[in-house]
Amino acid sequence: MTTILAVDDSASMRQMVTFTLKGAGYDVIEASDGQDALDKAKVSAVDLVLSDINMPIMDGIELVKNLRVIPDYKFTPILMLTTESASDKKMAGKNAGATGWLVKPFNPDQLLATIKKVLG
Amino acid sequence: MSVDLSQFHQVFFEESHEGLDIMESALLNIDVSNIDSETINEIFRAAHSIKGGSGTFGFNEIADFTHVVETLLDLIRSDQFVMQPDNVDLFLKSVDCIRTMINELEGGSTCDTEQANVLKQQFEVLLDGGFSGEPEQSDASETKVSAKDETGGNGWQIYFKPDIDILRTGNEPLRMFRELAELGELSVSAVTDEIPALGELDPEACYTAWNLTLWGDADESQVKEIFEWVVDESELTITPLSLGADRHAQTESPQEVSLEEPQVQDLTSNAAPQNLVSQNLVSKNVVPQAPKPERPKAEKKAGDAKKESKPESVSIRVGTDKIDNLINMVGELVITQSMLGEIGSDFTVENLPKLMAGLEQLSQHTRELQESVMSIRMLPISFAFSRFPRLVHDMSQNLSKKVELILQGENTELDKTVMERISDPLVHLVRNSLDHGIESPEQRLAAGKDEMGQITLSAFHQGGNIVIQIIDDGAGLNKDRILTKAIEKGLVSDSDHLSDEQIYDLIFRAGFSTAEAVTDISGRGVGMDVVRRNIQELSGSVEVESTPGSGSVFTIRLPLTLAILDGQLIRVGQNVYILPLISIIESIQSYDQAIHRVSGGCDILRLRDEYVPIVRLWEIFNVKPDSKKVEDGLLVVVECENIKVAILIDDLQAQQQVVIKSLNDNYTTVEGLSGATILGDGTVSLILDIGGLIKLAGVSKEQYKKVEHTDDSEAA
Repeated sequence: MTTILAVDDSASMRQMVTFTLKGAGYDVIEASDGQDALDKAKVSAVDLVLSDINMPIMDGIELVKNLRVIPDYKFTPILMLTTESASDKKMAGKNAGATGWLVKPFNPDQLLATIKKVLG
Repeated sequence: MSVDLSQFHQVFFEESHEGLDIMESALLNIDVSNIDSETINEIFRAAHSIKGGSGTFGFNEIADFTHVVETLLDLIRSDQFVMQPDNVDLFLKSVDCIRTMINELEGGSTCDTEQANVLKQQFEVLLDGGFSGEPEQSDASETKVSAKDETGGNGWQIYFKPDIDILRTGNEPLRMFRELAELGELSVSAVTDEIPALGELDPEACYTAWNLTLWGDADESQVKEIFEWVVDESELTITPLSLGADRHAQTESPQEVSLEEPQVQDLTSNAAPQNLVSQNLVSKNVVPQAPKPERPKAEKKAGDAKKESKPESVSIRVGTDKIDNLINMVGELVITQSMLGEIGSDFTVENLPKLMAGLEQLSQHTRELQESVMSIRMLPISFAFSRFPRLVHDMSQNLSKKVELILQGENTELDKTVMERISDPLVHLVRNSLDHGIESPEQRLAAGKDEMGQITLSAFHQGGNIVIQIIDDGAGLNKDRILTKAIEKGLVSDSDHLSDEQIYDLIFRAGFSTAEAVTDISGRGVGMDVVRRNIQELSGSVEVESTPGSGSVFTIRLPLTLAILDGQLIRVGQNVYILPLISIIESIQSYDQAIHRVSGGCDILRLRDEYVPIVRLWEIFNVKPDSKKVEDGLLVVVECENIKVAILIDDLQAQQQVVIKSLNDNYTTVEGLSGATILGDGTVSLILDIGGLIKLAGVSKEQYKKVEHTDDSEAA
């Protein structure tokens, strides 16, 4: 089963993402900030990471940097969920090693289409 | 849309309220001259989450408005905009505005954007002045060459040379090509000129470029979208195929690929399997038409999932430790139950000690379970206190006073219902302290005090009660003015000799207000009497102490919970009633000399220096007592609202904790009764409401005073 790590400090967004992904047959692990996500990624096999950028404790950009140095996560697709339409945020994510982004607000169908784009 | 987003609305609303509270308290703490980056980040994050959520869940009014708020916050946190003190107020107003909108949406109505639009304009003025506009939403990033032809005729010629590190970002050219193949017929050829010699080759890097030809009527934007994430680092050219181009002419010779392929394959087989696949595919030159993935699959599944009904009740957040504790207790209870079951199934008298021990354990576990359950309803009082920093901030500005608010004991826990209902009285008292208590800076300086006044909100446990104090270091209550006013209003006569305490207590009397001019702040038509009544409804009390020149202390005492009561069982004839233990002062065996009969048929008990009216319970409830004579029964002296009465009963029984069942919910409100409970033997017992009982017995405060006076003069 494909496991997706969904990282967002907002519980409502997490619920929405989880509900949508589980409905589409993915396994979902939730994390509420970057550190939480990093801890969970280390102990589980994750096929795709979906992360918010602005979060307390550890933000999404730091999370990507930290994940990319872990051998298991060298090539894992990491998507940033972000309300930032400004390109500097996207670039910061890309430079840290993120695969791509999905601009909020998005609806469940857009989310699934993007995931499918990465997971094939 | 296949997923019903409304099921997430409640969580979103709750989360937004939390976010707004965070914003508010952070804004109140912010020091404009020296902005702490963590604070501003915190505010930004909260605004950001609200915007993200509201956009996602379709609350565009909120998303639109929060967007400008967030934009300005973003500029502040990136030092592109210098925050001014009045910006804080603008942000605070925005918080209010968003809160109002969310409340409206939560209530099921549409939200009014009038206020938001006004504020939005103010933000836009700031944004225009401080910074040259917000970063515009950058539409699909520019590609190096763009075709003017929107539809591309019969296809596109694409040259794609990704960044050498593309694989290290989790991007995969093969995946993109597959996506392209979905748009039409695709042919791919690799350009492998840059693949270095074996010794220099980094297996994780991507050295290959591709020429792709896509036949079909795909839009340029569709093609661009596929490369959206990598376009900035890659070389990408998209040119329309000339009309009528021969598709086969585009296919270039693949021999260089086939030459290189085996080496590359060996090298990359471990490190970068994705890379290998790409190479493999490329070698075949034409990507076979990828099987059309079943796009609607996800939709169907999500649609099948049961739509959860929107939760109507307001939820309560409980720490996991409390839940764990509860589960633990239940586990213990189950063990005890099975142990008792075992004893019971094969009971002999020898087992009696075991049974007793088991029952003892059961009662202990039940008690612990009860405490655990009760603690779930307990919330830290910071929930009620959290609104005060803002309130004090706004009010002190309105009144041109300088006030510092100190919160103490914010972690003191209180029942949720009590908390909700104490909030308004607290607000009133704090307003009152600010308005009437704290002096203006000039007056304070003249009195030799610091011009900054202090209001302290403090909460702590004391016995079975929670005590909340509102302490100000203002002028204190003006005794003379209170007395004059009270006499003027006819609440007391000028011949009364009142202690300071009694005079201060007058402010809680109905129809009393000393404010000469009704101010915006505390002149809301609600007097202190309402505060006292609200608190008494919670079985609490409020009193005031004051020292002229150095301030006042309002002390509120509340029971920890409303659901359980420490009760004293009393008996009148066949009926057992429950008196709240807390209201009982003492119980005495009456004797003839202590009973005074006064005119009007009211009997008075002389209790040391006091005269206390006697209330015959059998008379009020019209039941048959053991004996109607006062001398035969017991007198329980109880107090409520500073009135003492002696209740005549037949007998005192056990003291026990009782669970209050509301009469109002199950039957109807009955004066003199605050509820009912079920006793150990299964009978229903009524819980007496002392305040109501006093009223029923017709003992009014005035009458009580009169009685006291008559007797004083008699005694003298």
